[in-house]
Amino acid sequence: MRWRAPSSRALVLALPFLWLGLFFLAPFLIVAKIAVSEAALGIPPYAPVARWTDQGALALVLNLENFTLLIEDSFYLDAYLRSVRVAGISALICLLLGYPMAYAIARAPEARRNVLLLLVILPFWTSFLLRIMAWIGLLADNGVINNILLALGIVSEPVRLLYTDAALYLGIVYCYLPFMVLPLYANLVKLDPVLLEAASDLGARPWRAFLAVTLPLSLPGILAGTMLVFIPAVGEFVIPELLGGPDAQLIGRVLWTEFFTNRDWPMASALAVVLLLLLVLPIAWFQHLQGRATEGR
Amino acid sequence: MTMHAPALRRLLLGAIAAFAVACMPAAPAAAQSQTVNVYNWNDYIDPEVLERFTRETGIAVRYDVFDSLETLEAKLLAGRSGYDIVVPTNEPSFSRLIAAGALQPLDRAKIPNWGNLDATLMQRLDASDQGNRHGVIYLWGTIGLGINAARIREVAPDAPLDSWDLLFKPEHASRIARCGIVMMDSQIDVLPTVLRYLGIDPNSTAEADLRRVEQTLMAIRPHIRTFSTGGAIELLATGQACLAFAYSGDAIQAADRAKEAGQGVEVRYVAPKEGAQLWFDVLAIPRDAPNRDNAHRLINFLLQPEVMAAITNEVHYPNAVPASKPGIDPDILADRNVYPAEEDFARFFTVRAVPQAAERARSRMWARFKAGR
Repeated sequence: MRWRAPSSRALVLALPFLWLGLFFLAPFLIVAKIAVSEAALGIPPYAPVARWTDQGALALVLNLENFTLLIEDSFYLDAYLRSVRVAGISALICLLLGYPMAYAIARAPEARRNVLLLLVILPFWTSFLLRIMAWIGLLADNGVINNILLALGIVSEPVRLLYTDAALYLGIVYCYLPFMVLPLYANLVKLDPVLLEAASDLGARPWRAFLAVTLPLSLPGILAGTMLVFIPAVGEFVIPELLGGPDAQLIGRVLWTEFFTNRDWPMASALAVVLLLLLVLPIAWFQHLQGRATEGR
Repeated sequence: MTMHAPALRRLLLGAIAAFAVACMPAAPAAAQSQTVNVYNWNDYIDPEVLERFTRETGIAVRYDVFDSLETLEAKLLAGRSGYDIVVPTNEPSFSRLIAAGALQPLDRAKIPNWGNLDATLMQRLDASDQGNRHGVIYLWGTIGLGINAARIREVAPDAPLDSWDLLFKPEHASRIARCGIVMMDSQIDVLPTVLRYLGIDPNSTAEADLRRVEQTLMAIRPHIRTFSTGGAIELLATGQACLAFAYSGDAIQAADRAKEAGQGVEVRYVAPKEGAQLWFDVLAIPRDAPNRDNAHRLINFLLQPEVMAAITNEVHYPNAVPASKPGIDPDILADRNVYPAEEDFARFFTVRAVPQAAERARSRMWARFKAGR
């Protein structure tokens, strides 16, 4: 490989860092600052962290009460755990549904692949909110599904579908499935069929060839898809709010309550900071695994 | 397409000229753009009224809606919301926004129609805004129950339809649950009502009182189908719910929509006998409103009797301009749920904003209640 001038290389590297610094680190620091300030009545509704004292000294007042409250009040921990569970189960369902889909698309004749991929992306052409609203229309007590069940005489009174955990999972899986299928497809399509032929030549049955060859090689795709589904699902607010039952107190909703109902921006910020830290750890772990999987090749 | 050099230069020169014009000190009349940005509750105006305002004044109305006071307050407390007129409810939002310095005093000289306002009602608002400096009443109402009496009769024939017992007594709620109970997702509206129902001061922040409220709510928690604020109209009107904790006008709108749909659903509003919270929605101007003159003009326009009559006819909430009554649909005017009689006021109550620590305890309790744990 040819040696490149460090300046141009630094420039190329600087761009993503600048981007992350501006749109990730800076907002995060602002949120972290609000998290350690104290709620107050005014615009904005929190007290400044740094203020000048009468003696002209700069005083930093860090209010860590929010973080202690987060630990002491089991309500928040419950919400975190519940969110992680919902996101984890959703990611798993997405994987079970998405893997065969991605596999089938990757194995389809090349001419048909683009059409199939287009079908996966097609729902994105409609607004996300509209699609969730459509589910409300389908699942409601007097919605399409219940009307059909009633008309066919299968049930005598409407089945509770909307505002249940099932509706919540349905909504999340429905919305995030393409995020699982696409990275899996990108990975599986690169898989060289010669490897499977070799496995077959060596006496492996298709199932064993899949377990010994395809699955390990698609691990990076599985991890990427799982992350793309899991991470946004943990903080999901809209779907639990619109489809989930009132007991679906996920962290997104709890954060909303702190910010809007309590007008406690510091507490809401503290929740957001902790959520981010809790997410960074599994991501780092995933990255680590992915790095190992790539090396293993 | 590539642009020829002369064309490009002309365009640039034009742009520079336009920029120079924009930077020149403008005449005072043109200093404000000819728009007014309104932030109001959803389903809360006659759109025809706004079109008329634009026709008469040339001021375009940018109209945006919210469905909870929380959203409104968050936007105003973040600062530079860009809105010229907002419509907070007197308690707790309006008084709190005044305390936070988020609203500016109204210039009465620019609101000649101030004289049209009902002095008695404005006097009631004085408790939230001493001297009536920051706002005028837009519409008002009470908080009670939207009921589908026929459905409730089917499942709970002996339940009293004029009492909060209907909702807060588990023996009734458990049966009514079969046809659907909607709880308003608004602790600031529900908690004072439960306190009042229990015979406690609705403004109480005592821990023991809050615990009693929690017990009362938790006892009916399994029977609540969903929590909704704006959605109660739809759920009642389509028959998906037969009992809703609702704003008076919402329940009355639901009744209207049910009638229009012609599906045989009949809804009505009840301000229960134990007491109902009285509230006022107030027209106010944010401190940093970009078009304050236009905001005053729109407020003045809205306070005309025929305009207010049109709004009340549309949304079924009473207004505070008595001279509008001749223009109001007689059915609405005769409905005691919309325009309560003088003796009804005796059982209405108003609330105050509570300290933040109490607010936190309340919302923590509310979250537990919603979670059912």
